[in-house]
Amino acid sequence: MSATTGSPTPKLLGASPRRKRVNRTMEVLSSLAAVLAVAVLIIVIGSVVIKGVSALSLNFLTETPAPFGVPGGGIANAIVGTFLLVLMASVVAVPIGILIGIHASEFAKPRTSNAVKFALDILNGVPTIVTGVFIFGLLVAARVSIFGLGLGGSQSGYAGAVALAIIMLPIVARSAQEVLRLVPNSLREAAVALGIARWRMVARVVLPTAAGGLITGAVLGVARVAGETAPLLLTSSIASTAVSWNPSQALSSIPVSIFTLSESASPADHARGWAAALVLIIGVLVLSVLARTLHDRSRRRLRG
Amino acid sequence: MSTANPTVPSPRGAFATARRNTVDRIGDPTLKVLAAAASALAVVVILAIAYKVFDGSDSAFSKFGLGFLTAKIWNPVTNQFGAASFIYGTVVTSAIAMLFVAPLSVAIAIYLTELAPRRIRRPVATLIDLLAAIPSVIIGLWGILVMAPFMENHLEPALHSVLGWIPLFGGSPSPYGLLPAIAVLTIMAVPIVSAIAREVFETVPGDLKEAAYALGATRWEMTRMVILPIARPGIVGASILGLGRALGEAIAVTQVIGGAVAINASLFQPGDTLASRIASQFQSASGPLFTSSLFYLAAILLVISLIVNIGARLIVRRGITA
Repeated sequence: MSATTGSPTPKLLGASPRRKRVNRTMEVLSSLAAVLAVAVLIIVIGSVVIKGVSALSLNFLTETPAPFGVPGGGIANAIVGTFLLVLMASVVAVPIGILIGIHASEFAKPRTSNAVKFALDILNGVPTIVTGVFIFGLLVAARVSIFGLGLGGSQSGYAGAVALAIIMLPIVARSAQEVLRLVPNSLREAAVALGIARWRMVARVVLPTAAGGLITGAVLGVARVAGETAPLLLTSSIASTAVSWNPSQALSSIPVSIFTLSESASPADHARGWAAALVLIIGVLVLSVLARTLHDRSRRRLRG
Repeated sequence: MSTANPTVPSPRGAFATARRNTVDRIGDPTLKVLAAAASALAVVVILAIAYKVFDGSDSAFSKFGLGFLTAKIWNPVTNQFGAASFIYGTVVTSAIAMLFVAPLSVAIAIYLTELAPRRIRRPVATLIDLLAAIPSVIIGLWGILVMAPFMENHLEPALHSVLGWIPLFGGSPSPYGLLPAIAVLTIMAVPIVSAIAREVFETVPGDLKEAAYALGATRWEMTRMVILPIARPGIVGASILGLGRALGEAIAVTQVIGGAVAINASLFQPGDTLASRIASQFQSASGPLFTSSLFYLAAILLVISLIVNIGARLIVRRGITA
């Protein structure tokens, strides 16, 4: 245990008043920076809660948007759309991300897995709007045929989901790499000593041991893409206001709805925007806190 | 391999073992190939993004060439496009935001690793992490409806009356502009940069800190002479990563910056960034040259953010291994 951290301020017997004053000033400034960051968080969330609650009701969650100028209406279409988009993105990104983690921990040489880590970090740094432009060029502007299934030529839920999957992949894969590395080698050796095949060892021993951490990564990925707006704007935003479960058409989503409502000049739309923001922020913050709890618990178990 | 196992006399058992062996013979290589393919996919996606974005900007590139980078005009009616004002907006907003982000993040990291009482360290760190989790569209919504009016009515007039002689603070206050964009980018980058800075600070060896205290250093002197020099590469890398995030932010900036094709010295005036221009005009892009020009903007943004991100990763990696 370090004696310095957490102990009361060291007695500055020899320090001159000027040095003490500089020290005190810097301590106060650092504390103020932290207070400022927390204050901004409270102000933003506070604004969303205060302004969102008044427009939020059960009808807001279950009705589709009202025609222009008509009061009421809701975001049921956007809730369904976001659910479908995030679900499809997860179905693609989570298994691939876990496979990348398995590759790093079970098969790859250190040099290869470092290169893959680097690639994932770079992918994570690609602006999401550029990912949106990419998917627009790949699946929206051109019509492609995959396994006889015609896709593209217009915006679609599929295109939006692929864009979200690309954004989700590095988050899930990096956390899978980290957590699978923590699985003790003794467990792997014990399994191999019992004569079971490698893939069974991965499926029965490695993945279950790391399950908590893998779920954390997936939840973090979901929390991140649930609020993504930029890529969906280009790939799945020109949607009907009806509730749609059909991903071959553009799907509405909560973030794009908030964006559109915030650009409107009408105060009624702003109120709807705040309420939609409240729905989204509750979802994202619950997921983030959940991921954090799972993360702490699985680390504690893996570290023993 | 032997098939007859004397300890498994039942034929059903032998059959199950044989089938299991067959499955394993397929299972092992399959898993290996799938895992390697998944890893390769990560690299392929990056290359595909670069290829598609450059491919899409082809017709704009052959029409405007590199002159696109320095042309200020953006006129869909006459089909003349240039990126200069958006490059200016991107660089100015991100660079000024980083002037606030770097010191704030370092200060927060110092507070959380050295100053804060042990009990409140984790809760405060969690709260700041949550700030990073708020979707950008919500920061933008708050920015346009709460922060921007406050800036227009209070902050900008105050800045103007005191510092109006500097061109940055000249001109009349307005609800949309570069200043709200800078504020929004700062809010979004601080939690990311301070989280990395915190990690770097925690790697500073405790005995070095104790040695400084033993020599009679105050807490600030210890921070300045021990922590900051050791953590410098990490702090620089973290700040550049934050810069990369700020450069590429589209939505929150679109909501507050005003979307003007202009190069204004005044931070109160509207402007636009590369990312924000793409986000705000893609839906209405009519005509192949217009769309291709937006791809060209995306290509510029991709190149800038790749350079910034690769540079930052290399610096952070060197800082942590050193």
